[in-house]
Amino acid sequence: MTRYVLRRLLGAVPLVLGIATIIFFVVNLAPGDPTVYMMTPGMSSEVVEQLRVNYGLDQPVHVRYVKWVAAMLTGDFGYSFSYSRPVLDVLLDFLPNTLILSACALALAFLVGIVLGTIQAVKQYSGLDSTLSVVLLFFYSMPSFWLALMLILMFSLMARNVWGWPIYFPASGITSTDYDFLSSGAQIVDRGRHLFLPAMSLALVLAAGIARYMRGSMLEVIRQDFVRTARAKGLPERSVVFKHALRNALIPVITLVGLYIPVLFSGTVFIELIFAWPGMGRAIVEAITQRDYPLVMAASFFFAIMVVLANLLADVLYAVVDPRIRYE
Amino acid sequence: MAAGAESLSPATGVDASAGPRRRVVGGRGLSAALPGAPQLLAGRWGSGGAALLVWIGFLWVLVTRWDGVRDGWGGAWDERLAVASLILGVAAAWAWSWRDAVRPFHSRSVAVSQWDLAVRAFSRNRTAVAGLIVVGALYAVALITPVVAPFDPNLQGDLLTERYVGPSLMHPLGTDQFARDVLSRLMYGARISLSIGFVAVAISVTIGTLLGAVAGYLGGVVDTLVMRFVDMVISFPRLVLLITIIALFEPSIFLITAVLGLTLWPSTARIVRGEVLSLREREFVQAAVALGYSKPRIIFKHLIPNALAPVIVAATLGIGNTIVLEAGLSFLGLGVQPPTPSWGTMVDAGRQNLLDAWWLSTFPGLAIVFTVLSFNLVGDGLRDALDPRLRS
Repeated sequence: MTRYVLRRLLGAVPLVLGIATIIFFVVNLAPGDPTVYMMTPGMSSEVVEQLRVNYGLDQPVHVRYVKWVAAMLTGDFGYSFSYSRPVLDVLLDFLPNTLILSACALALAFLVGIVLGTIQAVKQYSGLDSTLSVVLLFFYSMPSFWLALMLILMFSLMARNVWGWPIYFPASGITSTDYDFLSSGAQIVDRGRHLFLPAMSLALVLAAGIARYMRGSMLEVIRQDFVRTARAKGLPERSVVFKHALRNALIPVITLVGLYIPVLFSGTVFIELIFAWPGMGRAIVEAITQRDYPLVMAASFFFAIMVVLANLLADVLYAVVDPRIRYE
Repeated sequence: MAAGAESLSPATGVDASAGPRRRVVGGRGLSAALPGAPQLLAGRWGSGGAALLVWIGFLWVLVTRWDGVRDGWGGAWDERLAVASLILGVAAAWAWSWRDAVRPFHSRSVAVSQWDLAVRAFSRNRTAVAGLIVVGALYAVALITPVVAPFDPNLQGDLLTERYVGPSLMHPLGTDQFARDVLSRLMYGARISLSIGFVAVAISVTIGTLLGAVAGYLGGVVDTLVMRFVDMVISFPRLVLLITIIALFEPSIFLITAVLGLTLWPSTARIVRGEVLSLREREFVQAAVALGYSKPRIIFKHLIPNALAPVIVAATLGIGNTIVLEAGLSFLGLGVQPPTPSWGTMVDAGRQNLLDAWWLSTFPGLAIVFTVLSFNLVGDGLRDALDPRLRS
């Protein structure tokens, strides 16, 4: 097992380096230069030239590429123009927020998706099954940014201002302004309330896809002989579904983790912008508009690494739960 | 997947299940004065109804919007296109109905190809057909929008009295912050979304199919190079890649279409390569090799046509996906630039006044959902219809 993980990790190294190369050349061969955005009308051309020298922009692209890769291997991602801090520090501030949001959304998506998919499969061809199919397909076709706006409209704005519900959810930020003055219990509640809408907007779209897949997987398992055997020997239906069928139906669903992580990260870009969530997705969009090249490159690189790791994790998990898969 | 191979092999066997089609009753050609009538009389509700509906719908637009049609003929290229498609639509409904009715019965083929079977399986799937009808209607509306849209999409009304007007008879979907009619903008936005989706997917399918087939058939270094590149692009959150590329250049419709097309092909390449890997071991390909056919001929004539079924499914689902992505980019301000109406920018415009002008974000979003939903329904239907193992 350890050898398998190690071999996969080694195999990921050229992949990651290739991704870094693509990012570097896309960003650096594009027209426009970050110093253009730092210029003020009164600036002399010497100062601009000095700025370019300071940031190393006067050197040819291939030299910069070699230097960038060499520095990155030592953990140095450069200096962010817009934050005036090392890029790694900036990203490490944002990374936990993105990870919390994505992890909650992913967990929620799988929970909802697996439950709904199982219900559909067990009650195949019932009214509930077809209703759920339509509703899920509706969510499956929904852009997450629009869902986010609709959730804000209903559970934040309408709930508070029009319907006067006692419970509503805040529409932006990760904590309230009075967060520091709350008791620790209230702090957790406050964070949870801020997390709810963004996590829901990400999770519901994914959950619809997971449920569709889960339904198919469960239907396939339910028709198999060992399930019939379990029923034949008089096991209660609940234990047939949960102990015998569900466990086997979950195996192929694990591959969805690797498949949905890139989708999830794409979603966080919108969700973080809409909910003013200080994470990597928002950071990368802001860095792009400010031509903060080092931050753009490092953030895309981080995203790519997280996707590669998630794929690896999905493969390893798959090998762990399914003894039929040989990983030597 | 062996499905592709069978789905294209030449027609074999006689279709016993359908029985002979009913002959069109008396004066076949004559009843075609009303398009679709001969088919309806023969009990073919689907094709007859479609022809009749297209004919009535387009003719109705031509008559009720006669002023717009007359002005449009001398107007910009999109207005001329709209008028031309209206006239062509009416003419095509007529022509098809007549030709179909007078075609001698004995010349109709009784042999059934795999494509015929797929079409039959698809048309039995009611939700998929519903999706196809919606998609067709969307493209029809997108084509004739300049003639049917109630207002000019960029026409600003009176900013004092007509700003943020809710849904009403005059403006069925309300007006926006510049007092423009949301329904008209939505219809014009459909043109952008649908054409970007179609063109981008066309680009990606072409590149992906070519590279996937070549990589799969040639193997070796070419295969390694192409597939490693595919791995890299796929392990990227696509949106991050897109916004990076687009933001560094000037956003424009052409750039977005090109970039969307050029970032989608790796998944198609993967599918095609997988198909080709299994196809190239099959007897008909080995026969082609033994006959001394050139590699391009084998790839284009024998491998690609047989690998197309899953590509068609992926492309249909890909159009929906691309429409969502385009809307997302426009939402971020990196897509279609104002004042050109696009569903994504319209959703974004509604953000500023979400509570008081809820219709601004809601309707364009619903348009996206229903469009993508229809493409997904068609894609699912195609998947079931094109795979012989899934046909009942």
